Parts: sequence; C-alpha cells; structure tokens
Amino acid sequence: MSESRSSLDETTEHHEDRADDSERLHGALLTSSRGQIVLHPSSESYHGLIELLMGEGYNVCVDLCGADHLGNETRVLPSAIEPERFELVVNLLDVSARRRIRIRVQISETNPFVATISDIHPGAEAMERETNDMFGVCFEGHPDPTPILLPDGWEGHPLRKDFAMGRIPVQFKAVEGR
Amino acid sequence: MTTLDHLRNRDAVLRMSELEAEQRAAVVDPDDERMIINMGPQHPSTHGVLRVTMELQGETVLRSKPIIGYLHTGMEKTAEDLTFLQGPTNVTRMDYAAPLFTELTFSLAVEALLEIELPERATWIRMLMCELNRMSSHLLFLATNGMDLGAVGMMIYGWREREEILRFFEKVTGLRMNHNYIRPGGVAADLPDGWREDIQDILNVLPKRLEQFDVLMTGQPIWRERTQGIGVITTDEALALGATGPILRSTGYAWDLRRAMPYLAYDEVDFDIVVGTYGDTFDRYAIRLNEIRESMRIVEQCLERMPEGPYRVQDRKVTPPPRARIDESMEALIHHFKIFTEGFKVPPGEVYTAVESPRGELGCYLVSNGGPKPQRMHIRAPSFANLQTLPHMMHGGFLADAIAVISSIDPIMGEVDR
Repeated sequence: MSESRSSLDETTEHHEDRADDSERLHGALLTSSRGQIVLHPSSESYHGLIELLMGEGYNVCVDLCGADHLGNETRVLPSAIEPERFELVVNLLDVSARRRIRIRVQISETNPFVATISDIHPGAEAMERETNDMFGVCFEGHPDPTPILLPDGWEGHPLRKDFAMGRIPVQFKAVEGR
Repeated sequence: MTTLDHLRNRDAVLRMSELEAEQRAAVVDPDDERMIINMGPQHPSTHGVLRVTMELQGETVLRSKPIIGYLHTGMEKTAEDLTFLQGPTNVTRMDYAAPLFTELTFSLAVEALLEIELPERATWIRMLMCELNRMSSHLLFLATNGMDLGAVGMMIYGWREREEILRFFEKVTGLRMNHNYIRPGGVAADLPDGWREDIQDILNVLPKRLEQFDVLMTGQPIWRERTQGIGVITTDEALALGATGPILRSTGYAWDLRRAMPYLAYDEVDFDIVVGTYGDTFDRYAIRLNEIRESMRIVEQCLERMPEGPYRVQDRKVTPPPRARIDESMEALIHHFKIFTEGFKVPPGEVYTAVESPRGELGCYLVSNGGPKPQRMHIRAPSFANLQTLPHMMHGGFLADAIAVISSIDPIMGEVDR
C-alpha cells in the first residue's frame, strides 16, 4: 500500500470556519461551519427567528439539542456574540427547497431560560424535554415540561460537563480468597 | 405561521402525570366512561421497553402518550469519553437493528470536521453494506410486524432471511451485530474473498422469499382488514412532528435523503423511492417490503461497479499502518500504538450530518474542541422523533389497532433512549 501523504495541517488551514463575517439574516449573524449555514440569534430573538424561517420554508424542525461548552477554549464563534456556557442547537430543514440551516443560541448558566418553539414545531416537544433533562435548559411555555429520558425525581443534568461520569464498581469474585 | 394548525387533533397527547392519573381513578363518576390504562414497558409487542399510557372510552383510544427512557444508558455522555476512533463502537449500539447507519453518520461527521476525501472503494463498500443492512432491518420489521398482527409464521420467515444477511456481515466484519466496521477514514477491512458469490446467493434467494411474503400477508384479506385505514397520518402532520422515513413516505411525500441530499455515491446509482398513498399501517408495511427490492437493486449495482483501490483513506494521521508494516518497522509500531491509545486530533468546529436510515433521518451533531475526543456528540434518532406521531395515529382508533400502529412505526428503543 502506498504511503501517499495528504497532510491534515494543510487542509485545516485554508478552510478556517468563517467566524467574523458580518453577514446577517433576519437580524441574526450568519456564519458558515464546514460549508453549513449557521445563524446566531440572541435568546430573546430566537423564537421570532424560528417563526420567520418557518414562513421562509424551513418547515421541519429536524433536531434540537443542547451543548455544554464548559472548558472549551477553541469554540468557533463570531466576535460579536458573547459566549455563554450552554448552547441550544436547532437544525431546521426545508423539504421543498432541499436546504438546511442551523441555529445556535447562547444560553447563560445563571439564567437558562428560553422560549419553547413547540408552538411552531410540535415535533420539537420531545427534543426540548430531552434538552431540559440533560442540560437543565428550561423552555418557557412548554406544554409538557416533564422528564423524558431520566426517571422522575432525578437530580442533576447528566450531559453537563461538571456531572461526573458514573461508574459501577466491579466486584471480582476470585479476589477475596487470595 | 405555525405547523400546529396542521395537526388534526391537537389534544391527542395525554399530558398527565402518574399522580394525576391515580387521583382521577379514585373519583367515581358514573357518567364518565373514560379510563386510563397502561401498556408496557414489557409487553411483547412494544419492541423492547416502550410504555404507553392510553385514555380509553370503551374500546376507543382517545388520548395517549409514549413513555420512554427505560433503555437510557447515557451513550452521548459516554461518547465524550471516547476518542473519535473509538466512537463507532459506542454509536453502533444505538440502533441495534441497523447498526451500520449510526456508524456511517458518525464517521461522516468526523470526516466532515477533518475535511478528508474518501477513496472510491470505501464509499462503495459503505453503500453496499448499508443497503444490505437496510434489507436486514426491514426483514426484521416484517417478522415483528407479522408477529404483532397474528401472522406468527412471519416471525420465523423474517428472521430466517435476515440471518442470511447477518451471516454475510459476520464474514465481513466479524460480528453479526454492533460491527464497528464503518470508521472515520473508511471501513475496518476490505471485503473478504468470495464476497461476490455470497451476495449473489442472497440476491438469488430473496426475491422468491419476498413473493412468499406477498402471498402470506400482502394479499391476505385478514391482513388488509387489520392494516388498511388504521393509524392514518397526513403529510402535514408528519412534517410538523418531525417524522421521516417510511412514515413520511407513506403519506405520499417522496422524501428520501438518498435522493434529496445525496451522500456516499447515491447520486450515481439507480433506484426508486417507494411512496404510499393513504399514510396508513398498510402503506408503511408495503413501503418497507418494497424498499427491500429497491435495496437489492442498489446492491446489484454495487456488485457490478465496485471500484478497486484502497478501502480506507491513506492519510497517516487518521489511518493506522497496515499490519504487515508493523512487523518490520519500529516507526509503524509506534504510530499504530499512538493512534489507538491517544487517538487522532480533530480540528475545532461543529457539524451536522444526516443519512437515511431504515427508520428515517439519522443525524449526528458533532462538536470538536481540537482534541482527540468530541466536546459534544448528539445523535438525532429517527425513532425518537417518529414516536411523537403515535398519539396522533392512535387517536380515535381501537385498542387492538394500537398494537398495529406501534408496530408500523418500527421503533428501536435502543435508539430512542440512547
């Protein structure tokens, strides 16, 4: 097998994600990540933006999830956006024009509240419940804010970076007699 | 403008805690004939551990709510502790009926972050294996779908045909399930000697078996009675609820990522998208049955056109050296050791990739912080979104049909709960 080298260092340098572009869509900063369109609205304008995009044809909320950026020093964000610990990431799909768009909303650690979009996309309901379980992001106006994947009464939000990875101690039967 | 208006019945979802349900049961009202019952999580037709609470009036289901999380094992958290190279071993356990697809979407996400081009053979091997996996997954659906509706013989036939494909998987990947075969940078190993004959055997035997299924189920009056017009969903409802795959296609909307947003080499092969008309249980059954036939067409084209060349990318940062080199070169041994202990670093960024799994859009949202492990890995599981259509499909139907509807959604609980 030939050892042809296409160095990764080269490929990553010439295609840096555009982070400081001042292009805007509906008032939200528009950037590109590996060729995918990303919008950065504020948590206040987020609900209105989803509504506008809905009118523009983005009629399916394909995915909604959270992300914890605690300790992430290499996060790619436009300089105009104030980084917060949590991010809400929504992937919308326009089925007739066959295009996608991603929305990243900064959610503060001290005030993790954001409006629900389940009144626009009912399909986001379960995903918002999951995000609430995993990150403790609260969705105001959600019709059913109950735990979905975690048991009732579970304390903590497992996908937060400061939630320790759980381990079950393994008992080795043979060890005792030796 | 909202899609909420597209829902025929907004109140189909039972939003009630267990405590409330208990309190309501305690109040005796002779005029109120509604009652709340619980189904699952260990009912044989709930495909694992799905639990549904239903509000019934006599035999009619009014409101319902799927309750999930019994199989939640924190796989997205685990992913943050595994290197990008170890990632597929984790994600492959999500959708255990179609493991190769989760491996594929994860690998595509890593490759998009790395910005590497795959060799042609790797792409075609991936496509071949995924289509075989789609066939085996749909065969499993036919088996359980038949079983749920009382065609018990189907359980044996479906598993028998699936086994033929799993036997081939075992030959290629070493395992029947949870393959860890598709990895960032290509596939784990080249196809073994005699793979063409093995696939040809499958392709020769399967059409006859599918015709038997048609006799057993498709044309059967009882089968049609139990599935036609049951669990109807409209295109607008499916889109509003984020349902994809056979559920969306059963409403007559030809949405398939392989055609709409081609990945791998799907734009180079010839196949048809199977759509339904009425959005009922029968359409969803017929779509899956006929998708097996379409997948066979793609597999045939993969057989004819499989290119020669390397089966994984020749970038030494991502790919370990070949086994033979390790015996003769100290550097290759060190390199091999470094890749498997430390992993390779992925440039910072975030990306979302999606593939068409047998159940719908299977996506992976991946954030890298520049290290060898992901900052965040999220799998958009199609079954998770598809389950939200359940209350809307069951609303106004009979309790006995609830089984048919759950079965026709074809949820894989490992992927729902992750």
